[in-house]
Amino acid sequence: MDDFFGIPAPLLFGQLLLGLINGAFYALLSLGLAVIFGMLNVINFTHGAQFMLGAFVAWLLLNFLGLGYWWALLLAPLIVGAFGVVLEKTMIARLYKLDHLYGLLLTFGVGLIIEGLVRNEFGSSGLPYRIPPELSGAWDLGFMFMPVYRGWVVLVALVACIATWLVIEKTKIGSYLRAATENPALVQAFGVNVPRMMTLTYGAGVALAAFAGVLAAPIYSVNPQMGSNLIIIVFAVVVIGGMGSILGSVITGFGLGIVEGLTKVFYPEASATVIFVVMAIVLLTRPAGLFGRA
Amino acid sequence: MLDKKGAEPLLKVRNLEAWYGESHALHGVSLDIHEGEVVTLLGRNGAGKTSTLRAIMGLVGRRSGSITYEGREMVGLRSDLIARSGIAYCPEERGIFASLDVTENLLLPPAVRPGGLSVDEIHTLFPNLKERARSPGTKLSGGEQQMLAIGRILRTGARLLLLDEPSEGLAPVIVQQIGKTIRELKARGFTVLLVEQNFRFAQTVADRHYVMEHGRVVETVANADLNSSLDRLHEYLGV
Ligand SMILES: Nc1ncnc2c1ncn2[C@@H]1O[C@H](COP(=O)(O)OP(=O)(O)OP(=O)(O)O)[C@@H](O)[C@H]1O
Ligand SMILES: [Mg+2]
Repeated sequence: MDDFFGIPAPLLFGQLLLGLINGAFYALLSLGLAVIFGMLNVINFTHGAQFMLGAFVAWLLLNFLGLGYWWALLLAPLIVGAFGVVLEKTMIARLYKLDHLYGLLLTFGVGLIIEGLVRNEFGSSGLPYRIPPELSGAWDLGFMFMPVYRGWVVLVALVACIATWLVIEKTKIGSYLRAATENPALVQAFGVNVPRMMTLTYGAGVALAAFAGVLAAPIYSVNPQMGSNLIIIVFAVVVIGGMGSILGSVITGFGLGIVEGLTKVFYPEASATVIFVVMAIVLLTRPAGLFGRA
Repeated sequence: MLDKKGAEPLLKVRNLEAWYGESHALHGVSLDIHEGEVVTLLGRNGAGKTSTLRAIMGLVGRRSGSITYEGREMVGLRSDLIARSGIAYCPEERGIFASLDVTENLLLPPAVRPGGLSVDEIHTLFPNLKERARSPGTKLSGGEQQMLAIGRILRTGARLLLLDEPSEGLAPVIVQQIGKTIRELKARGFTVLLVEQNFRFAQTVADRHYVMEHGRVVETVANADLNSSLDRLHEYLGV
């Protein structure tokens, strides 16, 4: 177990782990996008900013209220999700009757505004956020050291993805959600308050982004552009997986993280572009995405 | 049944107009349905039958006039609130959800009042739905999908059922089963507004018929008088 194809095992597994971690964020973020798109038919371009807000709220909670990581994991999604609810009710909801493009432009604009405001307030150099003591340190796996926090992120992201999938596929609320994705008018004519469901779905998708933001805070420095850097790749992941497919976005997210990690090992020059190459190939051969319905 | 003059109708529609965007589909529909009646809307393609049901349900772009249910004005209400007051709708295209299995489809509409049928009772009416409980809704045959579309609105406690062409495109034996179901529902005290093109079928289930043309009700015929009015009806229905 020393090397594979001439690649030292620690390097290979180190990159695989990094790939898995990135994949965890891709999966969490594209999952939120898929849920929002399925229900609201809006491509939420504010998603990156909401991810970043999650990390900033965690930082603010710690530095102004003394509430640490575990509180942040609970509160930041609620706070940022509530902001999402307000955004949906006051602005996005007005655009449902119009072309997709308006929702896209609005959420893109709001994302830029949030990012600008945060940059004005906190600068762009980044704020430190410490790994909670319970999760610091590393495990010696024999062939490599595995930082505990990274293992935690992968695990939690997986659990969050599976939980979201279970809610959507196996619960009553999930059946409303799936039905309303197909035919919102009919679901409403059965007596379901669909506008409120859309608001809450948006809030939940945003909360998921903020949750990912809190997870990311100790790994990446907390800075205003942390979301926009990531979200470009996430949109590629969404396109590859197929817009609106829940399971597709999770599998594609983790899968592409790993592909990216392996590319760093075997052909580092392409590691920054491999996802976009995959996207181009998928678009050419399966325009609806790997898991999308044509 | 025609002369329930004393009682206030369960559903009273007056001068109902409806638009889809710029297109003006209903031009002043008026009709009454009394508790426990089965009433049909007959008329050619495009006469406005579906639009009448959709307008009652709040599913058209814009509507005016008056719709009172149990004495309450509904014309300005959102469709979920209309459903919650006890009206249920079975659309012409059936509206079975592909991403839900048969049981999920059946359980989807929330209960709006007490007194709906239990799932067991619905399975007794439509045994196929029990056998195919785990199939995706749209994998059912046309007849089974129709049973599912009717079955799922019986659970909710709604007392007025709006059924849009439940016999359309189905084999005669299934049409008979649907007819039997509608008579059974009437016996259980449901009130039904049924859209039909097939007035042979309508005749076997209804107390009364409204004939529509160009977005208006142009005739009312008691079921007993249907045969003597056949010539006139043929003209309206173009059969
Ligand atoms: N979604 C829509 N947008 C625009 N116009 C519509 C729409 N639906 C129906 N119409 C128009 O409204 C009128 C009434 O249509 P409606 O569907 O109510 O007729 P119908 O009596 O149910 O006919 P059918 O027997 O074919 O089902 C028609 O002229 C139709 O073209
Ligand atoms: Mg019709």
